[in-house]
Amino acid sequence: MGAVSIRDVSVGFGAVNVLSGLSLDVADGEFVVLLGASGCGKSTLLNAIAGLIEVSAGQIWIGGRNVTWAEPKDRGIGMVFQSYSLYPRMTVEGNLSFGMRIAGKPADEVAKRVARAAGMLHLEPLLARRPAELSGGQRQRVAIGRALVKDADVFLFDEPLSNLDAKLRNELRVEIKKLHLELGSTMVYVTHDQVEALTLADRIAIMDRGVIQQFAGPREIYRRPANRFVADFIGSPAMNMFDGALEDGGRRFASPQGSADLSAYEFAGAARPARATMGVRPEHVAIGPAPAGHAALSGKVSIVEPMGGETVLWADCAGKPVSVKLDGETKAKPGDDMTLHFDPAEASLFDAASGARL
Amino acid sequence: MSAAAEPAGPRPRRLTLSRVGVYVFLVGASAFFLLPLWAMVLTSLKPMSEIQQGDLFQLPHTPTFAAWSRAWSHACTGLACNGISVGFANSVKILVPSVVASIALGALTGYALAFYRVRGGNLVFAILLVGAFIPYQVFIYPLVRIFAWIGIYGTLTGIVVIHSIFGLPFMTLLFRNYYSSLPRELFNAARVDGAGFLGILRHVILPMSTPIVIVAVILQVTGIWNDFILGLTFAGLANQPMTVQLNNVVATTQGTVEYDVDMAATILTAALPLAVYLVSGRWFVRGIAAGAVKG
Repeated sequence: MGAVSIRDVSVGFGAVNVLSGLSLDVADGEFVVLLGASGCGKSTLLNAIAGLIEVSAGQIWIGGRNVTWAEPKDRGIGMVFQSYSLYPRMTVEGNLSFGMRIAGKPADEVAKRVARAAGMLHLEPLLARRPAELSGGQRQRVAIGRALVKDADVFLFDEPLSNLDAKLRNELRVEIKKLHLELGSTMVYVTHDQVEALTLADRIAIMDRGVIQQFAGPREIYRRPANRFVADFIGSPAMNMFDGALEDGGRRFASPQGSADLSAYEFAGAARPARATMGVRPEHVAIGPAPAGHAALSGKVSIVEPMGGETVLWADCAGKPVSVKLDGETKAKPGDDMTLHFDPAEASLFDAASGARL
Repeated sequence: MSAAAEPAGPRPRRLTLSRVGVYVFLVGASAFFLLPLWAMVLTSLKPMSEIQQGDLFQLPHTPTFAAWSRAWSHACTGLACNGISVGFANSVKILVPSVVASIALGALTGYALAFYRVRGGNLVFAILLVGAFIPYQVFIYPLVRIFAWIGIYGTLTGIVVIHSIFGLPFMTLLFRNYYSSLPRELFNAARVDGAGFLGILRHVILPMSTPIVIVAVILQVTGIWNDFILGLTFAGLANQPMTVQLNNVVATTQGTVEYDVDMAATILTAALPLAVYLVSGRWFVRGIAAGAVKG
């Protein structure tokens, strides 16, 4: 039983309100990622769930219990911190068992649970070592193990992979995903890394300035961003944005770079403002003559970025740089003139004023 | 120009005029501070007949440790003539519990101030620091009255309590600043693990405190050993520390002034803090910096 429910929670530091009236529901067994740039309030929210920060308003429920006033230890959580936070003067075994020893658990149960967590994370050969004698990846595995030992209903991760190098980050990411499949516990995971968010999450909550901008599955977030902030934040290279206007009552989009037929586009709401922005993912842009229904642009290649498996091509279209993601075998060179096209049904339209999806 | 002008390898070091000036100043300053000690050691090793000839820096013709043993076990402090060893024993009796108590207290308050955002905590800390700057003399009379009323005036307990109280502001500052530099996440991790106020201090924070405890021990040992006025006022006649007894030795004169014994007694009294400075200079400087730089 590990559903987490955040109800109208506000957190303030002095005069600054980091979160105000935020609500979020995480289902039992779900993997939710809180994603956002630094300072967006995602870590504050996590610390509020953990009970390390007091909320100034609202309630926090974990596993059907109101834990708003409960101590961190009484919330049924395990937490993994960015800087590992291992107790430096204890061995790995001491770190893993500390919480249970404090709670006065019998020695044989402590030993059993430590052995189980150590087994899951391949820590057995390290049990007698001190944290200083471990590599970064090993330290973070111990930190995860320390959370696992507790048999918590909910696991909280505060940017656990940020201090690791790229290769280790990928390895541990896979391990965390496997752990979630094995344990089936609820996990709330804070990160600023969109790849971690997209790969790990059942649902992603994208936050900006203390507000959840969109809370949906990775595919939905990627393909149907709820507003311009989400569209800009997710995806690399970033989504191409064309400023323009809706014409013919919303049947056509016209911009200095070209126009698009919107008959296949699914509008989210009824409102059709005059000024709008069309966003197109680089991989949805193709080169060559446009098929029927596609919008066409003409441009001159300015930069080619080979990335091994794929190539990103930057074209200058009427003064606007447009990125195109192609496979690795493209022969385009800077200076080439070419026609680009995309399917408007795969694009996203945003209100130019509010940024909301249309 | 020759080929040697081409820079390669380590840059050659030249003795410049300013460098020479610095060395001259350092040697001069060292001599200034070491000469009194030198004169004291020489005098303590001379028999009185040589001292009376006057030449302070003359090496002793017939060096003798007689003055040292007299100072240690026979010199007169007032009416009793048991030497300064009595004071040494008293000082140790005062020192050990005072150092332990003041450091334990300072670690506790510093930990509380650094990790628990207690409402009004910073105000209490500010008041504590202001208190540290008020001269001792202001407190003495009221404290004497209070201690007499409680019944611990002139006892070992009384002087230990006094040293703990007067050590509190700086010990708190020292530990608070050190603990503020420890990662807060460690404290949070221990909270999630279920450790309480004292549990976190005992199992997580104190095991990481070795460097700052060493600094605190050095500061408190030298400070409490060198104390004169508190010992004189609060310790009572039976517990007078070595510094007070030294004063009595020097002030007690029957016939000629025994310079050799006075010097030996002084060196004996200063020996412990001197040894602490010499052995732990590096830590001592760190302690000063910890107190001064990080506010």
